[in-house]
Amino acid sequence: RNAFQLCQIQLYKLKCVSINLGNGVLVCGGDKTLDGYSKKKYVCKLLFIFLLGHDIDFGHMEAVNLLSSNKYTEKQIGYLFISVLVNCNSDLIRLINNAIRNDLASRNPTFMNLALHCIANVGSREMAEAFASEIPRILVAGDTVDSVKQSAALCLLRLNKTSPDLLPMGEWTMRVVHLLNDQHLGVVTAATSLITTLAQKSPDDFKTSLSLAMTRLSRIVTSASIDLQDYTYYFVAAPWLSVKLLRLLQCYPPPEDASLRSRLTECLETILSKAQEPSKSKKVQHSNAKNAVLFEAISLIIHHDSEPTLLVRACNQLGQFLQHRETNLRYLALESMCTLASSEFSHEAVKTHIETVINALKTERDVSVRQRAVDLLYAMCDRSNAKQIVTEMLSYLETADYAIREEIVLKVAILAEKYAVDYTWYVDTILNLIRIAGDYVSEEVWYRVIQIVINRDDVQGYAAKTVFEALQAPACHENLVKVGGYILGEFGNLIAGDPRSSPLVQFNLLHSKFHLCSVPTRALLLSAYIKFINLFPEVKGTIQDVLRSDSQLRNADVELQQRAVEYLRLSYIASTDILATVLEEMPPFPERESSILAKLKKKKGSSKLPDLDDSRRNVNGSAEHTDDTETSPSLSEDLFPTDRPHPPSSFPSILFARWAAGVTNNIIFPVFFRFVCKSNGVIYENQLLQIGLKSEYRQNLGEINALSREAQTSLSPATWASFSEGIQRHSLAKRHRS
Amino acid sequence: FVWIRFILIQNRAGKTRLAKWYMQFDDDEKQKLIEEVHAVVTVRDAKHTNFVEFRNFKIIYRRYAGLYFCICVDVTDNNLAYLEAIHNFVEVLNEYFHNVCELDLVFNFYKVYTVVDEMFLAGEIRETSQTKVLKQLLMLQSLE
Repeated sequence: RNAFQLCQIQLYKLKCVSINLGNGVLVCGGDKTLDGYSKKKYVCKLLFIFLLGHDIDFGHMEAVNLLSSNKYTEKQIGYLFISVLVNCNSDLIRLINNAIRNDLASRNPTFMNLALHCIANVGSREMAEAFASEIPRILVAGDTVDSVKQSAALCLLRLNKTSPDLLPMGEWTMRVVHLLNDQHLGVVTAATSLITTLAQKSPDDFKTSLSLAMTRLSRIVTSASIDLQDYTYYFVAAPWLSVKLLRLLQCYPPPEDASLRSRLTECLETILSKAQEPSKSKKVQHSNAKNAVLFEAISLIIHHDSEPTLLVRACNQLGQFLQHRETNLRYLALESMCTLASSEFSHEAVKTHIETVINALKTERDVSVRQRAVDLLYAMCDRSNAKQIVTEMLSYLETADYAIREEIVLKVAILAEKYAVDYTWYVDTILNLIRIAGDYVSEEVWYRVIQIVINRDDVQGYAAKTVFEALQAPACHENLVKVGGYILGEFGNLIAGDPRSSPLVQFNLLHSKFHLCSVPTRALLLSAYIKFINLFPEVKGTIQDVLRSDSQLRNADVELQQRAVEYLRLSYIASTDILATVLEEMPPFPERESSILAKLKKKKGSSKLPDLDDSRRNVNGSAEHTDDTETSPSLSEDLFPTDRPHPPSSFPSILFARWAAGVTNNIIFPVFFRFVCKSNGVIYENQLLQIGLKSEYRQNLGEINALSREAQTSLSPATWASFSEGIQRHSLAKRHRS
Repeated sequence: FVWIRFILIQNRAGKTRLAKWYMQFDDDEKQKLIEEVHAVVTVRDAKHTNFVEFRNFKIIYRRYAGLYFCICVDVTDNNLAYLEAIHNFVEVLNEYFHNVCELDLVFNFYKVYTVVDEMFLAGEIRETSQTKVLKQLLMLQSLE
């Protein structure tokens, strides 16, 4: 359709709308009152126009008037209008509630239903206040017709969601539970939904529903197809009601009563067995309905987590679905098996399907199915299959959708750390992650690999070597430069003996990447350079030349400039001992929970994914490491395990702090350097006198107070004859002139 | 709480033929949701499942000729049960309108709401027996 035609259509539509609106206004504007029929047509047209997408801000009064008609068709339109175009005008609300009240009291089931549906659809506070006590009464009254009971139950459910405080449930509880025995299955369906919602808030009040629900479920599951004619759907008996009953049962733990428990087990076994029977119909509706019940039953089995035979049977059933030709079933089987994997009873059974799941990862065409496969591999991972699973996940990562890469990276990092027996494998895995999906490797991941390498002597040499080799690649990811820079800075000495990775080679390698990197990475590299000066005095000159260059000393970025200046200076003035102390190898980090797990949890939110840790009782009986539910520790705590948190940019200050701590008395040093970092302190001291400085700086303003007092070391208080103070300003500029 | 958030019937072009909301949204949010659902659902084909993650929920959908029937439910809800709830609903519409087509839904929109309210209410499945629903609809049709 071309633009002209589209315009014409639009014009025509507008004309229609305006004609109808015009008619409405014309008709309503006059004094003559509309008859019911016309009013109904008018309100209906207005509603239609509204649903087309135009704003309507009149017609409410007419709609409300329709409510009091005694004709169903007129009432219906009136109720529909006010349900769709909810109006908050208090007069209208009062009129609407009056109309509803009349209809509820009318004893006409059709009118009662209209009113109940309106309350259920609108569910406003005013309606709740007006009808909260009326509706339960209608629900349980002996003379209420079945269809009205259905509507009343769900109406009550709606009101309970929005205004639970107004519902006087106490006295009606027993009667509501009793509805589960109703002979009208529609009523039972609605009642089950209501009870499930109420039971979540007050489970004890509705405990009695358990055995009724179970009985009902058993009867449905074992019924012949002719028993429930109206409710048999493609040869499946009351599938939706069965699903709802199974959901109700999931509100509670396994029944304590033994006979109840065995009845339930029997029922679940019947459902599982039926899945194995030859199908009564080839239609997909039949299998979907049957499997809907099956999956809900498996949900219940997993929720109870108490019957090993049921869990294993469920696992086997799901295993069959893993290779079903319907994508829906494969998807649901993967999803369901994920929760099964965390139960100690079925964990081993789940593991037997690893090849099928890996195959799914490689061949499924729907990305959401592949994602479930990833989730399942993660959930079924343990010591026995960790290497295999990590390898598969890495290989999948190469072609994975960008949207899910970060999650896969986090999972691989967690698994690699958790199941590493040999930490060289862990280091390789993380470096692979960076190589394959560097952009998606978050800070938590590469901080972690550094923490681990620092803490484990046995892998430091390997890490240095591997990182060195990886950096040789022509285009390596910036995260690799970060990790490499840090590790070579700390442990480059372990590979410096080999001429292929001599100090100069290492430095040139790092420096070749320098200009390609972002500011934070360059800052890290500068720190690596000063560490090199400490480790390899033979490259000191080369590195000093680099630090001295204008691009470093006059770098536009303050952090880089500061580091270059300070490191360069440090390299001049510090003796080898001092330098070695300042740039001592990083001490091991305190053992702490991985922030990666916290990050993964935050990503997944409150998802159905099981935790690797808390919910699984290890098959071998040993405790898995505890669940980390703390928020991720700040970056500075992870890398700088000192008492006081240091922001990263003050890293050079730490150098000075450590240096200051290591200063021995026989080192003479111009003391005012101390005041570069400290605001207060003693600037001069002898036996008689102590002079201290107290300074304060705010932006471009500074204040220095000089204080003098008797030295505390004096053995006997001296008698002072006179004392005078003065301050002499010594301008540097003056000095240079002479 | 676990319940149906909304039911949508949209055509391939994105026009809404029915929107039933079981949760409070203002008009702008509704419009945005409608557009998002359309975008998410129309790019899928036979190789995909009938379920798709949508914000913090999921959508169970099926395409019938030119119309997409979508139900938005909680992530823990039973996918196949809702998939067949859609089919059950469509079969009722089909029977009631005698081989229903898109125009039937447009011109009889107020009747479609009645069908919906018979089978779903307050975000839950209300009635599943096609026999009962059709009987009720025919009875209502006969009323003045």
